[in-house]
Amino acid sequence: MSKTNSGIAKEPLIHFTKRDDITGFKSVLWHGVGLLAGLIVCAVFIMLFTGLNPIEVYVKMFQGTFGGEVTRLKAIHHTAILLAISLAVTPAFKMKFWNIGAEGQVLIGALAAAYCMLQFGDTMEEPLLILTMFLTCMVAGMIWAMIPAIFKAIWNTNETLFTLMMNYVAITLVSYFIMVKDRSGRSDLGILNERTGYGYLPKLFGQDYLLNIAVVILITVLIFVYLKFSKQGYEIAVVGESQNTAKYIGINVKKVIIRTMAISGAICGIVGLMLVAGSPTPSLKEDIVGGMGFTAILVSWMAKFNPIIMVFVSALVVFLGDGGASATDALKIDSSVGEVLTAIIIFFIIGCEFFTRYKINFRKRQKGE
Amino acid sequence: MKRLLALVLAIVMVAAFAVGCTSKKGGNDDNKVLSINDVEKTVADTITAIPKEELKVGFIFLHDQNSTYDKNFMDAATAVTKRLGLADNQVIFKTNIPESEDCYETAKELVNAGCDLIFADSFGHEPFMIKAAKEFKEVQFCHATGTRAITEKVGNYHNAFASIYEGRYLAGIAAGMKLNEMIEAKKITADKAKIGYVGAFPYAEVISGYTSFYLGVKSVCPTVTMDVKYTNSWFDITAENTAAKALIDAGCVLISQHADSSGAPSACEEAGVPNVAYNIDTSNIGPNTAIISSKISWEPYFEYIIKTMINGGQIDPDYCADLENGGVQLTKLNEKVAASGTMEAINAAKAKLIKGELNVFDTATFTVGGKKLDSYLADVVDLGDFVPDSEAVSNGCFNESTMRSAPYFNIIIDGITAEK
Repeated sequence: MSKTNSGIAKEPLIHFTKRDDITGFKSVLWHGVGLLAGLIVCAVFIMLFTGLNPIEVYVKMFQGTFGGEVTRLKAIHHTAILLAISLAVTPAFKMKFWNIGAEGQVLIGALAAAYCMLQFGDTMEEPLLILTMFLTCMVAGMIWAMIPAIFKAIWNTNETLFTLMMNYVAITLVSYFIMVKDRSGRSDLGILNERTGYGYLPKLFGQDYLLNIAVVILITVLIFVYLKFSKQGYEIAVVGESQNTAKYIGINVKKVIIRTMAISGAICGIVGLMLVAGSPTPSLKEDIVGGMGFTAILVSWMAKFNPIIMVFVSALVVFLGDGGASATDALKIDSSVGEVLTAIIIFFIIGCEFFTRYKINFRKRQKGE
Repeated sequence: MKRLLALVLAIVMVAAFAVGCTSKKGGNDDNKVLSINDVEKTVADTITAIPKEELKVGFIFLHDQNSTYDKNFMDAATAVTKRLGLADNQVIFKTNIPESEDCYETAKELVNAGCDLIFADSFGHEPFMIKAAKEFKEVQFCHATGTRAITEKVGNYHNAFASIYEGRYLAGIAAGMKLNEMIEAKKITADKAKIGYVGAFPYAEVISGYTSFYLGVKSVCPTVTMDVKYTNSWFDITAENTAAKALIDAGCVLISQHADSSGAPSACEEAGVPNVAYNIDTSNIGPNTAIISSKISWEPYFEYIIKTMINGGQIDPDYCADLENGGVQLTKLNEKVAASGTMEAINAAKAKLIKGELNVFDTATFTVGGKKLDSYLADVVDLGDFVPDSEAVSNGCFNESTMRSAPYFNIIIDGITAEK
């Protein structure tokens, strides 16, 4: 069969072997290289397609996210929200349950918050209203996540499709809600309870968003501890590795699936509450989550499900997104340029994953050749 | 643990509904509805002149130049700031700003960047702009198409719109002449003169727009009827395209629209059905079907507010651009498609409108439910209550954009069939 004379297949010029021994430092190094390569390719792209100085674009990106007091707080808040959703999807991912329904789970939380604000705003005392909102949002997110989980646990339905479809159901419900509540004919609720301020989350130290950020820090710590040190966190890891092993050692897999998704959904519901009531100008729109439910999947994976690394990855993604938009505005170029830059950089960072997982072996020169 | 949680939840829910019976607000429900003539109106703050070299202007746009609506604003802003000699770093554009918290944050960002004047272009930006205006008293906030400035009593917040219904009426004349041409050429019979309209949302701005267009058509082609379809979006190429096709299939022989994409004009070009557009010249999309477009030019307004900043003074809380000051315009007539004599007819009507000899919403020209409209309470004072408050009919016409620049005509008149 082989055409080589010796009958022994020749070793290819390059081949890859899997490696499990990469150190943290080397991994960071590889990702740094990926980022740098991405920036270089972006620079070439910027020069070719816009004729601008890439350094100027990067400076504007930085200014647009960390430049001023307002932008900085906004960027930190965006990071916090993205981080919270990423944390929410992580436990399920660790269990190899592919939940891509975070968008809808957050949205249903937002809907619950808006519903409570409009429905109970003028009848409930403020602390009770906020407590009700908190619980309603959490339960709403939980239910939204548990429906596909229960179907998966009992009938082994495909959770990827199921959670995806639940997003659209949530969007439609929000559209319907807006249509029913809106009296202007424009499908727009404006600022909720604008003239009364009922149901707005309290401000921490008089600063917008600070409460949201504090809550996310708390969630980060809790998820980190939960995954790393709790018995339930261990169960998640085992179910993720092998469901049969989990069954063998007496873990109730169905229970773990449903419980984990309930936790995911609850966090998403709380994020929905923060997006609506935690805003200085609460409003409800179908696109209020703005695709963060999907971006969070990327963040969670890029951070390899590590909550602490997720902080940095979220910050990077927000920097690219907000900074890109801000730079294209400042330089008066098409906004899609910013999106292209984001895509290139993320592509390179993910691309370098390959080098952290596989070792490249070049063919060694054989003696006598 | 779980039982405890369930118990707590249950108690909270029960408590919530128990408390739900008491009302937080006092009994202020017996507020009298006041007409726009009786409410206290906003007095604009007096602005101290800012040297031209130190002035900084920020613009907030809902989309970017890919949307015809926003492009219209962006082009006007660029033209005016250039003409007035503002340097590039004195003008900040913020594009793709949704009608949400982002609008408020962007306004804050612009204040932070040193802007003295901030403008936003979309209706839904309004509450967020008002919030920012209340917070930053030293900055002037201007907003297109809004309804609240006139009564909000926030001296540094201003609205602007245009009497675009006059432009649409004139564009309607061009459409009516085209229909007459088709009737004369025996392509259709007079009783089959049905036109279609693709609208965005079923509210006053759109209803006022298509009614004025229809009345323009009717002024030259009395037998015309019109079907209206809504897309429930300002910018949705597919939905606008589909709606236009559906209208054509339903027998509409001419289409117009109030939505921002090229969806309807391209559907018309494909089907060979004449089209009257809005905001931009569509003759490149439909060389064989586009007749004319009415548009609002924001240049007069931008010039007015920027000059007021430079010279000092007050910005009108409720500015209305019109045919006379060049805020309401028509794009170049596509002679290839339009009926002969169209330009002359438009010019004649335009002169009459400017002189006040002609009124678009003359109650002698239309009926509602078979009757002449003698009285109509419109919701002019926008308190978020949607309660009609002001008498709009007087001297034999519906007085559109006179009590407030943003339209408030929201009646479906006879001859128009609007889908629910």
